[in-house]
This record gives sequence, structure tokens and C-alpha cells, in this order.
Amino acid sequence: MDTWLYLRLEAFPALLRGFLVSIQLIVPSAVSGLVIGILVGVLRVYGKSVIKALADSYVVLFRGIPLVIQLFIWYFGLPYFKIYLSPFTASVLGFSLCSGAYHSEYIRGALLSIKRGQTLAAESLGFNTVQMITSVILPQAIRRALPGCGNEIIYLIKYSSLAYMITCIELTGEGKILASLSFRFTEIFLVIGVCYLVMTSLASFILARLEGFLSIPGFEQQRT
Amino acid sequence: MTAPILQIKDITKSYGKKEVLKGVSLDVNRGDLKILIGPSGAGKSTFLQCINFLVRPDKGQIWLNGKEVRCEHRRNLYAYRQKIGMIFQDFNLFDHLTALENVRIGMVKVKGIPKEEAGQRAELELERVGLKDHMHKYPAQLSGGQKQRVSIARALAMDPEVMLLDEPTSALDPELIGEVHAVIRDLGSNGMTMIMATHQIAFASLLASEIVFMEDGKIVETGTPDKIFNDAEHSRTREFCSKITDLYGER
Repeated sequence: MDTWLYLRLEAFPALLRGFLVSIQLIVPSAVSGLVIGILVGVLRVYGKSVIKALADSYVVLFRGIPLVIQLFIWYFGLPYFKIYLSPFTASVLGFSLCSGAYHSEYIRGALLSIKRGQTLAAESLGFNTVQMITSVILPQAIRRALPGCGNEIIYLIKYSSLAYMITCIELTGEGKILASLSFRFTEIFLVIGVCYLVMTSLASFILARLEGFLSIPGFEQQRT
Repeated sequence: MTAPILQIKDITKSYGKKEVLKGVSLDVNRGDLKILIGPSGAGKSTFLQCINFLVRPDKGQIWLNGKEVRCEHRRNLYAYRQKIGMIFQDFNLFDHLTALENVRIGMVKVKGIPKEEAGQRAELELERVGLKDHMHKYPAQLSGGQKQRVSIARALAMDPEVMLLDEPTSALDPELIGEVHAVIRDLGSNGMTMIMATHQIAFASLLASEIVFMEDGKIVETGTPDKIFNDAEHSRTREFCSKITDLYGER
């Protein structure tokens, strides 16, 4: 069977299946990672001592331990405590928590860059702390953090390939199976590489559009 | 004689070992325009920020309409701050909101006024400061004078009983000062109670009901503009006034 025929008849259907699983892993992980990141970022800047310490240690833990190890713990470790997660759930959980730790760092940096005057003005109008954070500080900080958070989402797309390590067979997993059956490593992994490139390019495009959509005078991203 | 609208008694504030305010007291009657003058570092700004607890005083008491302000209860504090408008030297408009949204947000978020009603009120306030045509612009698209007028409209929209103005024209180009002064003059003639720190002596002497000279964390002398500028009791007051008159022109 020539290469093209093999790819078309055997590889592509399997890879497409894997591609869809990858998308199903990435989208919820990206969304919940961002939500966790914003929440933790805010707590790290505005939280009281105990909460701040908890949020800080979350980041130390989830940014400091290799993601594969984290996935192994969720999937192989939790059953020890009689908690059984499906490979898919364990992957999304692992990705979200890891991604959230990184996002929180971008959000924290952006929060710290907001001028003190903005909080003074909000306080002088009688805003309470939550109102001030949600309607004055975060809308500005998120605009500033967007390029960094976008970077993290691109990373997430790529490290989603680790899911196959805990038997969640996504794009890379399907590729691995195909390749070990057919020994056509080069072709398969070239195709997979292109698939990831398409996903990351699409994500970059969407993020750029989002930046444009959220852009307001005084908050433009510097473009050269 | 009616009771003062705002009574401030014996405010002290230290940063580390440095005593910034060494017991400042001030009674403000309804409709007063008190002007704080004094060299930089005198504590004018800190004093103003202590009045609405943006800076927590170490000691001291404040009464609004005869009722003591208990700032340790958050809800009281937020309610009190709504009644005290604050204008900052560097405007502090919310950078991500248009002029209209800047004026509206306090009414919507803090007072719970429906968005539409608040929007109409915001338009009205912007019209009052002469910025109706610019209401959809962002702070980055406005001049300094326009920004300061938006910030005045934003404070007015909360229906404050007292306004604190912290060197409202110090960050402005000279040709933009006039438009902000005009707005403040309007406020005064409508009976707004104000405490303003400024170096604009000419403006101060024209409008002030009382001049308060501060130095080194204390009030040195208070009096009518005429008394402070022409016949001050303390030599430090005279010295400062002559210096600042040289700088900012004849009165």
C-alpha cells in the first residue's frame, strides 16, 4: 500500500478521531484554567494572609511539579483514596490546575501594574473591595494580561499531548498507536505536527481577534 | 448658628517614625470653601485623604452632620464615602471606561441606580461641566482639563455633601486651568461645601471663605483670604504667601 493510500484510508480517520478528542480536552481546560488563574491571581494580590498563602502554595505546587507526574497522581494515585477518575476527566483536571497556576502569574503581574489611583478613585466613590476588583481592576488587568494568557493557552494545546500517558487517547496517542503498527513514524508524526500547528495558529488568530475586540484607547497592544 | 456639616478633630497620622499629621482639626460649615495652602510635605494631601479614610488616621474623629463616622464598620465607611466627593491631582479616571461610563459606574455599582437612569444623570452632569460632546471618549482621548472635569462630574453624580479637591489643577497645562476653575467656581456658587488644596493663590483669594495655612503637619493659621494674604499673624504664613505670590503672579 503506498503512503498516500495508507494515510487516507487508515491514518486520517484515526487521527481525526484523536484530533476531536484533543479539542475536547483543550477547550474546557483552557476555559477553566483561565477562570482558576483569574481567581487565584486576585487572591494572591488582594487576599488576606491565610488565603494568600494558600493561593501562593497552589502555584508553587502546580507550577513546580512536572505535568506528567501530576497526571499520574490524578489518574493512578487517587484510586488509592477510592477516587476513580476517567482518563479524560483526570486529564482535564490536571491541565486546568496546571494552566491555572501559570495564568495566575500573568494575572498577578497585570493586577500589580494597575495604578494606585484607580483604586483610590473607586474607594472614594464608595466601592467595596469586590466591586472595585470586578468592575475597575480586573477589566483593566485582563486586557494587560491577555498576551501572556494567550501564550499559556498555546502551551496548553501542546502539552495536551501528555494525556495519552494516562490512556486518554487523543491526537498524539492515536499517532503513537498507528506508528507502532505501521512503522511509518515519519509520515504519521509529520501529519500530527501539522495538526498541532493548525490548532496553535487558529488559537493565535482567535486570541489576536479577541485582543482587537477588547482593545480600547489607552490599552492598545503595542504592535510594530 | 447651625452646626458644622463636617467636623474634623485632632487627626494624627504617622508613616513609620515620620509624623505627617500632628493633630489637625477643622470645622466646615455648609457652603464653605476652605482652601488649604502650604508647602509641599505640609500634609495637605494626607489630611484630605484622611477625611474620607483613603488613608486611615492613627487618631482623631470626624462627624458628618453631627454624626460620628465609624470607619471600622465597612458599610458605614462606604456609605460615608458616597457623601464625600474626591477630586485628585492626577484625575484618576477609570482608564477602561468612556467619560459617560466613568460618571455612571458609581451610581450603578454603588447606589444601585438602573443603568438607563444613571446614564441620563451622567449625561446631565457631563453637560454641566461642558463635556456632552465628548461623553463617548476614553480618558486617553481627553485633555487634562477635560479629564479633570469628567472626574468632577463623576463625583457630583454621587450627590456628595462635601467635596475634597486635592490640587485639582496642579497637573494641568496653564491654559487648561481656567476651564477647571470655572467648573469649581460654579460649584461654589451653587452652594457646594468644599475643601481644596491648591497653590493657585489668585483663585483661592477670590473664592475662599477661609484660607487654612498648613505646615509640618499642623494648621499654623486660618483666616479670611484678606487676612492671610495681607495681614498674617505668623511670619511663616507671610513668608510662604509672598513666595507663592511671586510664583503664581499678582492677585
